[in-house]
Amino acid sequence: MNSVAEDPATVENKAGEAFLEVRDLSAWYAESRVLHGVTFDLRQGELLTLIGRNGAGKTTTLRSIVGLLQKRTGTIRLEGRELIGLRPFEIARLGIGYCPEERAIFSSLSVRENLFLPPVLMPGGMTESELFQTFPNLKARSASQGTKLSGGEQQMLAIARILRTGARLLLLDEPSEGLAPVIVREIGEIIKKLKARGFTIILVEQNLRFARLVADRHVVVENGKVVDILTNAELAADMNRVKSYLGV
Amino acid sequence: MFDGVSTQLLLGQILIGLINGSFYAMLSMGLVIIFGMMHVINFTHGAQYMLGAFVAWLLLNYLGIGYWPSLVLAPVIVALFGIFLERVLLRPLAGLDHLYSLLATYAVALIVEGLVRIQYGSTGLPYANPIPGGVNLGFMFMPYYRLWVVVFSVFTCLGTWLLIDHTRLGAYLRAANENPQIVQAFGINVPKLMTLTYGFGVGLAGLCGVLAAPIYQVSPSMGSSLMIVVFAVVVIGGMGSIVGAVATGYMLGVVEGLTKVFYPEAASVVIFLFMTVALYLRPQGIFSGREAS
Repeated sequence: MNSVAEDPATVENKAGEAFLEVRDLSAWYAESRVLHGVTFDLRQGELLTLIGRNGAGKTTTLRSIVGLLQKRTGTIRLEGRELIGLRPFEIARLGIGYCPEERAIFSSLSVRENLFLPPVLMPGGMTESELFQTFPNLKARSASQGTKLSGGEQQMLAIARILRTGARLLLLDEPSEGLAPVIVREIGEIIKKLKARGFTIILVEQNLRFARLVADRHVVVENGKVVDILTNAELAADMNRVKSYLGV
Repeated sequence: MFDGVSTQLLLGQILIGLINGSFYAMLSMGLVIIFGMMHVINFTHGAQYMLGAFVAWLLLNYLGIGYWPSLVLAPVIVALFGIFLERVLLRPLAGLDHLYSLLATYAVALIVEGLVRIQYGSTGLPYANPIPGGVNLGFMFMPYYRLWVVVFSVFTCLGTWLLIDHTRLGAYLRAANENPQIVQAFGINVPKLMTLTYGFGVGLAGLCGVLAAPIYQVSPSMGSSLMIVVFAVVVIGGMGSIVGAVATGYMLGVVEGLTKVFYPEAASVVIFLFMTVALYLRPQGIFSGREAS
């Protein structure tokens, strides 16, 4: 397990008040340990990406934050409130919106039912008109079955779904995956708007170009550990450093 | 109409079939809701149906509470028993193979039936008809109470379908059936939802028991004998289909009634013949995949 004192995340975290603190997080799928002491902080209004190769532990980190992994140790604090030990629905009610990698659009629900499924958790979420203004395609197809939408529309639905709830921290797992470049750009613009609106966001991303366009900082995850943290400027100045982590 | 078969007899048996079908439909709907949402094959359903009838009988004979209040009270009491069962027995088995919950619920059915038999014996206990009299339909004399059972059952099935397919709560249930983890991550208390779903399904069985009390004798075995047919109805309609369960329930009630007219010897096996054919031609159920839920 990493020593927190030596962890690059800790050095970075000294600057600024943490909205979310992840300290020495370990997580298991059954008997298999997937995270080995992940540590990083997130400031309010910040957009942080988790980057790394497939299987590095990025998605597991998000799933651990929302409590979908039963066996986890360490500390996850949202505004000082410990999340480890809480059940997933209790964690969500603290203001966390999760958009999973597989999008999880429900086939038995219409677009509108999918969109309005998550309950309003706290005030401050987007209104119906704001949602349809941001995602006009969804309004036109609100009566369709959720899974009949195109991949891009499903991704937009998956993001839109958590914006109405009042969640302040959004966890977006690879929203650009498998989408056409034009849709990726569109989603990038939406994420920028969300950041401008004040949402705090963790974005799991393998597409470095996309990540660079929207993020403030980048946390590099490798073999279940944080191996580096870079600001966006550092990433732009030294792409080779990150590419070496990703093996591209 | 047919050689040797009068229209009167035919229409009479169709109506009797609809009455039996009302019980099949309501019971299979409860089973399908529980299986669809929780993946539990609830073998206690018959015992819970019997408990509904027994609770109504106990309320009447010990507390003087009549049929109409019992129509609300007894299902609630049986539903509370179901909620207790879900919390202490089924929840710890969640995530394991379906066989575990099936065996556990079967064991509970045997225990409940045994206890009732020890206390009240095997002989049926009478329950007074709350709506005496009837109407002459020309082709048969229709007791008002049986008419009430058919109408009430249709509205209960319709109401339950509307609840599951057209309300926010129903959307939660359908979504939790597809991906309970993600639904929890949206802030919805899925374990509580599952408990209430089981309680609701069990409550439907209890309600059905109260409806049955004035028609059949209230006896410990009234559920187990009916449940074999109800499971066949669920298999034919499709394990996850509410509409399928209800439509198949009424349809097979009528088929059973008509078989009594044309070939009475086969009346007790015709449903199982249908089940065998359905399993061969469409093992997922004849209505499966034709509705969202």
